[in-house]
Amino acid sequence: MKTRRLDNYGKINRDKILSFSWDKKNYKGFEGDTLASALLANNIGIVGRSFKYHRPRGIFSSGVEESGALVTIGSKDKRDPNVRATTQELYNGLEASGQNAFPNVNFDLAGINNYLGRFFAAGFYYKTFMGIPPFEWGRGTAIWMFFEKFIRKAAGMGSASELPDPDSYEHAHDFCDLIVVGSGPAGVAAAIEAAEKKLDVILVEQDSLVGGDQLAENNFDNSRIKNQLENLGIKIMTRTTAFGLYDNCVVGLLERVTDHISAPNVNIPRQRFWTIRAKHIIVGAGAIERHIAFNNNDIPGVMTVNASKHYLNRYGVLTGKRIAIATNNDSVYETAQQLSEAGANVTVLDSRTNLEIETNKSFEIRKGYVPYNINGSKKIHSLDVSKSEDINKSETINCDQVLLSGGWSPAVHLLSHRGVRPKWDYSNACFLPSDSKENITMVGSSRGLWNKNDCIASGIAGTTDALNRLGISKTNYFFPKPGGWKNPIQPLYEVKYKKSRSKSFVDYQHDVTTDDIRLAHREGFISVEHLKRYTTLGMANDQGKMGNIIGLSLMAELLNKEIPEVGTTVFRPPYTPVSIGALSGRNVGKHFRPLRVTPMHQWNIDHGAKMIEVGLYQRPWYYPKENETLSDSYIREASTVRKTVGICDITSLGKIAIQGPDSSEFLNRIYSNGFSKLQVGKARYGIMLRDDGIVMDDGTSWRLAENEYFMTTSTGEAAKVMSWLEELLQTRWTDLNVNVTSVSEQWAGVSIAGPKSREVLNNCVDDSLVVTNNNLPFMGVTSTFLKGNIPCRIARISFSGELAFEVYVKSDFANTMMDLLWENAKKYDGCLYGLEALGALRVEKGHVTAAELDGRVTIDDAGLSKMASTKKSYIGSAMRKRGVLKNNDREILVGFFPTNLKETFNAGTIVCEKNNIKGQGIGRITSVTYSPELGHWIGLGFVKGGLDKWKDTNLVGADPVRNKQMNLKVVSPHMIDPNGERMYA
Amino acid sequence: MIRINCPYCGERDHSEFSYGGDATINYPSLDASEKEWTEAIFFRKNIKGFQFETWHHSNGCRMWLVVERSTVTHEIKSVKPCHPNLQKVVENNK
Ligand SMILES: [Zn+2]
Repeated sequence: MKTRRLDNYGKINRDKILSFSWDKKNYKGFEGDTLASALLANNIGIVGRSFKYHRPRGIFSSGVEESGALVTIGSKDKRDPNVRATTQELYNGLEASGQNAFPNVNFDLAGINNYLGRFFAAGFYYKTFMGIPPFEWGRGTAIWMFFEKFIRKAAGMGSASELPDPDSYEHAHDFCDLIVVGSGPAGVAAAIEAAEKKLDVILVEQDSLVGGDQLAENNFDNSRIKNQLENLGIKIMTRTTAFGLYDNCVVGLLERVTDHISAPNVNIPRQRFWTIRAKHIIVGAGAIERHIAFNNNDIPGVMTVNASKHYLNRYGVLTGKRIAIATNNDSVYETAQQLSEAGANVTVLDSRTNLEIETNKSFEIRKGYVPYNINGSKKIHSLDVSKSEDINKSETINCDQVLLSGGWSPAVHLLSHRGVRPKWDYSNACFLPSDSKENITMVGSSRGLWNKNDCIASGIAGTTDALNRLGISKTNYFFPKPGGWKNPIQPLYEVKYKKSRSKSFVDYQHDVTTDDIRLAHREGFISVEHLKRYTTLGMANDQGKMGNIIGLSLMAELLNKEIPEVGTTVFRPPYTPVSIGALSGRNVGKHFRPLRVTPMHQWNIDHGAKMIEVGLYQRPWYYPKENETLSDSYIREASTVRKTVGICDITSLGKIAIQGPDSSEFLNRIYSNGFSKLQVGKARYGIMLRDDGIVMDDGTSWRLAENEYFMTTSTGEAAKVMSWLEELLQTRWTDLNVNVTSVSEQWAGVSIAGPKSREVLNNCVDDSLVVTNNNLPFMGVTSTFLKGNIPCRIARISFSGELAFEVYVKSDFANTMMDLLWENAKKYDGCLYGLEALGALRVEKGHVTAAELDGRVTIDDAGLSKMASTKKSYIGSAMRKRGVLKNNDREILVGFFPTNLKETFNAGTIVCEKNNIKGQGIGRITSVTYSPELGHWIGLGFVKGGLDKWKDTNLVGADPVRNKQMNLKVVSPHMIDPNGERMYA
Repeated sequence: MIRINCPYCGERDHSEFSYGGDATINYPSLDASEKEWTEAIFFRKNIKGFQFETWHHSNGCRMWLVVERSTVTHEIKSVKPCHPNLQKVVENNK
């Protein structure tokens, strides 16, 4: 096949030949090519199949607006779907393939969809809910369920790799005075002006080279501009897209670091996600050329006019030999002349009849003509054209390419991200940006300026605007008026030809046709936002960059309104797609979230602990001996605690130092039970409620001194409680003299539990008198020393129901404490126990944790009514009995036994009455364990009316998830030692 | 990204802060009636425009701040400590 490359054109490096593959065949290109230019040079016309109809599609553009040449790059774990061939730089060894086609884009079996068009019209997806259109076959949800899998399979374009992403990504941050988006004439002028005025400037360019649309000029020298910018100290970021603008002049950038390199250094991230905090933003993002809707306007060989200019002058590729150009504006004539000079036979069809154009007459201009149908399927054979006023009198032009220019749309996307609605400009037939109250200024053709000098002037004016807004200068400036063409543009969005049944495309990538817009209108979807969702216009990954205005104009015509009355859709970030990898940066795998370990983490592992995550914390789960399973191990551990003694790491509990003269008053207000009479040297279990009367958290507070307390909270609620206490002291009770400090990281804690715990502790403290029953009674607190002169705090607190102590030392002494306690516990055949055994022990005792206190439970529900003081007011006291909270059919904490003690059950089981097993039942099981003490499975949970109501009734536990059912009986939650004789021992 | 000028730490991203809520609520005394508490915690205005709201510099200095922010544009007019005594200190140090 002959190459389309011209010898004397283009700025590609012909000394550097690159090999690449397209659909497994090898081709050659040059350094400086994009994949699209290399494919065109190799005469490859069909590069994709369309979304719904599987029509052959070619390359429509030379930039980010591309909606035809979406391809897959790479293979296996490097497979990257839906890449725009027009922006993918060529590299040696690049593997590319077509997508949405089987077996390939040249011969695609699903091309049959093209003939089943009526089944795939707008809203097909929604209509399957009601039956298959057009006859509503199989009304009802079953038909949707049947079709869903086919629709889902057919939808989407390329498919992502299911393997882990082998690439790395990173997040980066920068600050500057001014960020300029776009390096066309306007952006460059703005950046230079700002740098000369001593501003710190970042210039962002999505292309690999600076220059913007000038890169399509045949004598443009890109390096001169680059040097000038660099000499002024401007930070130039190429291959970087400003994908979104956010509050306070924050700009999101995606830098493609290695996507253009064949074998990148693995230590360099593939992409970098930048957050730039600027003081002012100048956007010179250019404008995007529109196509025109008419029959078969999607046949490979259709392209925008400006794209062919890029291919000719930048890449040295002449995209057609017999070229028909259809336009409604002046922008095409320079390109037409250059294409004919390059050897093409060019005919321009200008829809306008009154027209003054100076050309060298090397090509034909047919004034007042429009195209209305392309003949061909996989490539263009000819174009049917006609006088615009009477489409029936037609002529046919033989051609192999049709270039379209239906006008230009300024890229107002970034401003739209800030909620600034563009306004319609009738004389230029486009939306122009409105002024922003924020420090954002639009320059160049993104404010509708069509000639270069105006663009440059607007760039300088933009920087003056920035300097004024930043209070650096007070200089008058003015922006050139939008426009700049000699002859006014004549609106032309669609050429209708009623006799044909061929399709006329508005949005190429989502296969939205003019008929779809009309169908949406007939079915009442006339609001732009409804139109968009019903037809999916503008919802493909080009986000309607080319087709949106055409869709709007068609709806305006149908509604007999003007385009601005119909509205415009709001553009949202990202401007072009951002990979998920870049968004997550390095927050993947082990770095997905922070990991918290206790100071004795390694000690626990060294002593055989298997760990489990609790929130961010790693906590010992169980300490298996030899071949023990989890359940062998925790049953042994829990039994050992009840029999002799066990040691458990409880460092993950939240710990807060509360200091100051009003500390007692403060605790008395936040806890539901009384704290004002707590003596120095005593601890108390307390419950905190929220303002609305629901339980927030429980824990203990130890009175260390007159004005000093040590508070513990649950592991999960530690951060919330800390913020809550700070909020109360800083916003509500600002007269209280109290200081709160988080000391969770400063103290390492263990629980020593079991009948032998006092003896063990006695061997470990310096002064053996401190832990006697007299000196340290139940809920007593002491500050003393462990052997080796280690300061510690000890409280006699029990969660397990056994005689037990909590011991805290400074985190640095954690391992020393563990060695000391463990050495002594071993003498009593003690054990180390983990979270699973801790759970078993507390369920036996009916002690609640986060599984029960789930943010819906009141003190009364939790069976802790005696913890609610009647002698004082506290947070939540006014609300805890409000409305439904005082109903007597509330779910109350109870214990559960299986009726047949050999049976098991799981947390999550729904408790039902025997003859009424349905819905949410009358309660639920929240925690279960095997009870070593009782010798069978037990559970904690809630049931409507509580123990009193169901004491002697057989209930059913329904576990539909596990397809299980068992008979249950309700018992007191205090399943062992209900009077607490062991704790007080 | 909202940027909040913390009086203690300077201008920081909103991701360092936790949102509190309406800063203008006068919470009733603890012994006030259920009705008064219901008014205070369940009935909120949905302001379009500037409102005073509390933010906690939870990944910073841990101070609770009153931020005067537009719910339409996110423009921030003022940032002060919630605690009146600290407000005075900040004012005096200006
Ligand atoms: Zn701060």
